[in-house]
Amino acid sequence: MSFGVEIRDLTVRYGRTAALEGASLTLAPGAIHGLLGRNGSGKTTLLSVLAAFRRPSAGQVLVDGEDPWENPRVMAGTCLVRESGDVEVDTAMRDTLEYLEGARPHFDRDLAERLMDTFELDPRRKPTKLSRGKRSAFGAVVGLATRAELTLFDEVYLGMDAPSRYAFYDALLEDYVEHPRTIVLSSHLIEEIERLLEHVVILDRGGVLLAEDADVLGSRGARVTGPGPAVDAFVAGRRVLRREHLGPTVQATVDDTLDETARAEASAAGLEVGPVDLQSLVVHLTAKEPVR
Amino acid sequence: MFDGRDPIYLQIADRIRTEILNGSLREEEQVMSTTQYATTYRINPATAAKAFAELVDEGVLYKRRGVGMFVSPEAREQLLAGRRERFFADVLAPLVAEARVLGIPLAEIVDRLRQLDEEAATTAGPAVGRTTTPELVPDRATPQDAVLEDAPLEDGGVR
Repeated sequence: MSFGVEIRDLTVRYGRTAALEGASLTLAPGAIHGLLGRNGSGKTTLLSVLAAFRRPSAGQVLVDGEDPWENPRVMAGTCLVRESGDVEVDTAMRDTLEYLEGARPHFDRDLAERLMDTFELDPRRKPTKLSRGKRSAFGAVVGLATRAELTLFDEVYLGMDAPSRYAFYDALLEDYVEHPRTIVLSSHLIEEIERLLEHVVILDRGGVLLAEDADVLGSRGARVTGPGPAVDAFVAGRRVLRREHLGPTVQATVDDTLDETARAEASAAGLEVGPVDLQSLVVHLTAKEPVR
Repeated sequence: MFDGRDPIYLQIADRIRTEILNGSLREEEQVMSTTQYATTYRINPATAAKAFAELVDEGVLYKRRGVGMFVSPEAREQLLAGRRERFFADVLAPLVAEARVLGIPLAEIVDRLRQLDEEAATTAGPAVGRTTTPELVPDRATPQDAVLEDAPLEDGGVR
């Protein structure tokens, strides 16, 4: 009851602009995937294609083994919540939930009611009368309660205050452990979501920059600190993402997973080696110019 | 709750080891489920499962099918033996290296250690069996820090 995703050489053009170009990616069923990348990197386009809101210009998309375009079975099992809720704005929320209960096979009305309560949403009101954050929260309610085999949240947190966002993360995890399914979260708030993720995808300029298990990614990259010449000698031949200096001390961030031998070598040279958090890694890897 | 140093699953595994060592998790006691871990600490359940898998591999935990994870009967002894073995390399070696850099004579360190051990003994009972509690053997914190923190403030409290 979870959909996997397979895309091959996916290209999506808007007129002359390619939002995605030759992107290939596999998303395992039943995992929580993070979709990260800068504005304009192609996140929303990718999610729209997966949800069959948009047709690719070229390439192949398979959701649960089938092309999602005009595919009733796959579309019934896919739910995309775009920013600011993506819901019928001029209908009382109660009526939207009523409709979804009939239209969506796994929709859980009790969960929806509980979440409405959590986010302090009055079901009699229409989203159009709500603040952006409250509208987003209603989108989160819809996305979670629909319990689709492939659930896509595109920056659903926009406008939500911190307590609401964490309430969303908690609700998502609680429901996911009870009802595992494929979930894709696109977000710029990397620090907030990284621990929720099993797998991380970073898009950059319409392509897949990397797709890796969160644990593997966690040990990727290193910050090497010490006397300038020793640091420079150590990082020579490695991919340096950033180099900073404070007086004679230099800190270099390298895109490299240091093994035991390399760590021992660094330690013997009097260097300190520290980890690089996911947020910094994404910033360094997707910056146009090296970040200074 | 967690810091950025190590992968979260290693930190969870360490936490469970520590709980077994300090007695808050007893032998044959059931540990929290993957689900409870995930929702309590807001982490992906696969991460928690990975930590459990590692501890099962080590023989610290074992699985009762359909019931959950339990602490192995020999878990504490096994962990104590491992930590004792690592104590000299992980704690003493860096201490000696740092003391050399700072020019602190070995005799002074030995005196201070004795003093600390006496203080600890009067507040927390006999030293035997306590030396391996995680509070006294931090994994990464430099031992000198602990010495400095516990040292009387000779400058009248200003650091």
